Amino acid sequence: MAINTDYVGRTFAPSEPYEVSRVKIAEFADAIGEPSPLCRDRAAAQAAGYPDVIAPPTFAIVVGAANSARVTHDPDLGVNYAMIVHGEQSFAHARPMHAGDVLVSQSTIESIRPVGSMTTLTTVTQIRTVDGEHVCTARSTLVERGA
Amino acid sequence: MDTTMASPSYDQTEAGTELPPRQYQVTRRDLVRYAGASGDFNVIHWNERIAKSVGLPDVIAHGMLTMALAGRFLTEWAGDPGAVIEYGVRFSAPVVVPDDDKGATVEVTGTVTERLDGQRVAVDVTARSDGTKVLTRARAVVRLA
Repeated sequence: MAINTDYVGRTFAPSEPYEVSRVKIAEFADAIGEPSPLCRDRAAAQAAGYPDVIAPPTFAIVVGAANSARVTHDPDLGVNYAMIVHGEQSFAHARPMHAGDVLVSQSTIESIRPVGSMTTLTTVTQIRTVDGEHVCTARSTLVERGA
Repeated sequence: MDTTMASPSYDQTEAGTELPPRQYQVTRRDLVRYAGASGDFNVIHWNERIAKSVGLPDVIAHGMLTMALAGRFLTEWAGDPGAVIEYGVRFSAPVVVPDDDKGATVEVTGTVTERLDGQRVAVDVTARSDGTKVLTRARAVVRLA
């Protein structure tokens, strides 16, 4: 079954708010081996001009994860999740995410394109604070391999 | 780990400046740890039996972990995990992680391609594992001091 091209241009309802914590930032920094004290030490982060400890740039994928799963598992979108690989990913940050941020993700399907026996699905997700401040734009392309 | 490396200054960075190359080891333990930290528990990142059953040579690293390592290459160079403003990659091949103590090696190199305004530079990044490019079209905009 092909991915439903009627979904091109569709914007999903915003996610539940995600609260960024110091513990989660430190855990993520440990997992990728990011050594910076700015991810762990609030005083060091504040000395560098940030409100609190900051997240590495790819932490945005964690913030958007539940939202991404909700989109790709929409039964009417018709994605065969077993055949999905991650094709491309990008982030444009207005500022680093920091502990204390409460963030909402909202995704729009940008394109669904056949490429040979495969189909690409590109989603653009806007991540904003609950107050509406834009923090990050994430663009993700998934590739569904042909059966 | 070398944390004594001085951060580059914008004024002394120009198109063609090469970033210090880095090598990162990725073991099965690292994949389990990244799975927990990221919430991505896809079985192909920890279960050899299932990875092979779907046509993979072995367990593979999360693409987002490979992207994160190349991101760390940039943030360590800049001296600030908040310095990477834009960052995008294409996942061109998987990082295959064998079940041994050494795991896989990811080699990351990068070159400044352009000086932008606002103390920013554009950087092209390449990541290879086992001789294969695992990230292509990897580009970033980094703010320098």
